[in-house]
Amino acid sequence: MNSATVRNLLVRGMLAGLGAGLLALVVAYLLGEPYVDKAIGFEESHAHGHEHEVELVSRSLQSTAGLATGVLVYGVAFGGIAALAYCFALGRIGRFSPRATALLLSGCALLAVYVVPFLKYPANPPAVGNSDTIGERTTLYFLMMVLSVLLAVAATLLGRRLAPALGTWWATVAAVAAFAVVTGLAFAFLPVINEVPADFPATVLWRFRLAALTIQLTLWTGFGLIFGELAERVLAPRPAGAARTAAPAAH
Amino acid sequence: MAQTVAQPTATPAPLPLKAIAPWAVFFGILMLVLLYFVGAEQGATAVVSGEDVHEWVHDARHLLGFPCH
Repeated sequence: MNSATVRNLLVRGMLAGLGAGLLALVVAYLLGEPYVDKAIGFEESHAHGHEHEVELVSRSLQSTAGLATGVLVYGVAFGGIAALAYCFALGRIGRFSPRATALLLSGCALLAVYVVPFLKYPANPPAVGNSDTIGERTTLYFLMMVLSVLLAVAATLLGRRLAPALGTWWATVAAVAAFAVVTGLAFAFLPVINEVPADFPATVLWRFRLAALTIQLTLWTGFGLIFGELAERVLAPRPAGAARTAAPAAH
Repeated sequence: MAQTVAQPTATPAPLPLKAIAPWAVFFGILMLVLLYFVGAEQGATAVVSGEDVHEWVHDARHLLGFPCH
């Protein structure tokens, strides 16, 4: 019974991730692609001759089918992981309904998985980044992501520990403050990476990064809302007749 | 602390950890492998030789914030 609930939530998480991925794909195509193209234009006008030999995948495929593959797989994978995290969080993080738990978890995931690593190692368009340092940059980015997620989990457990003594409000404030301080220390001690070419247009970089942030905001908000609705139906099924007629009425 | 009215939202019962663990381990790893192929394959490390995977997800990798060449 409980194992079946976990399975149902996992499947719905991956489907919700796919749905949210479709929304994010639209945003990525409309808001992000123009700046990828501008950055590639800059890259080509500054090429040192030996950079581009053979084009394995054409630009028109990269910006459509390739982009879709990446964003949708990313959505499904994070949807699955978030659904598993949801199984752990459900009923353990305070008195939240299944739907509210889903949106809260999505908001925290957006921060921990994307926004915090982004503040230290932001998304870069093509032409920004030295290919000799790809190893170091990849290691640091994934390290920052893992660290941020682990710190978020630790802060949640800390908040739960403190709640009986401080009350829910102040326990939450203390846990978030602890998360902010330790994250700040990590930011201060991890190496700085700045490989933006001196004459790269600042507005293109800024717009590209805003688009990258908007993609994630769309993905996680979409996931929270879609998965919340699906989870609510799994966990709190209403009588068949009542559910049909009174569907839009929410808590 | 006084408990206020207990009824307005029904807090769902926690799922037992033993029921979650096998799903979390198996699907957790599977999902991480998917993320690896979208985010890092043929960048810093490569399981499949060549540049095809990297080139195919190139735009997604930049726009999703992963380091890319």
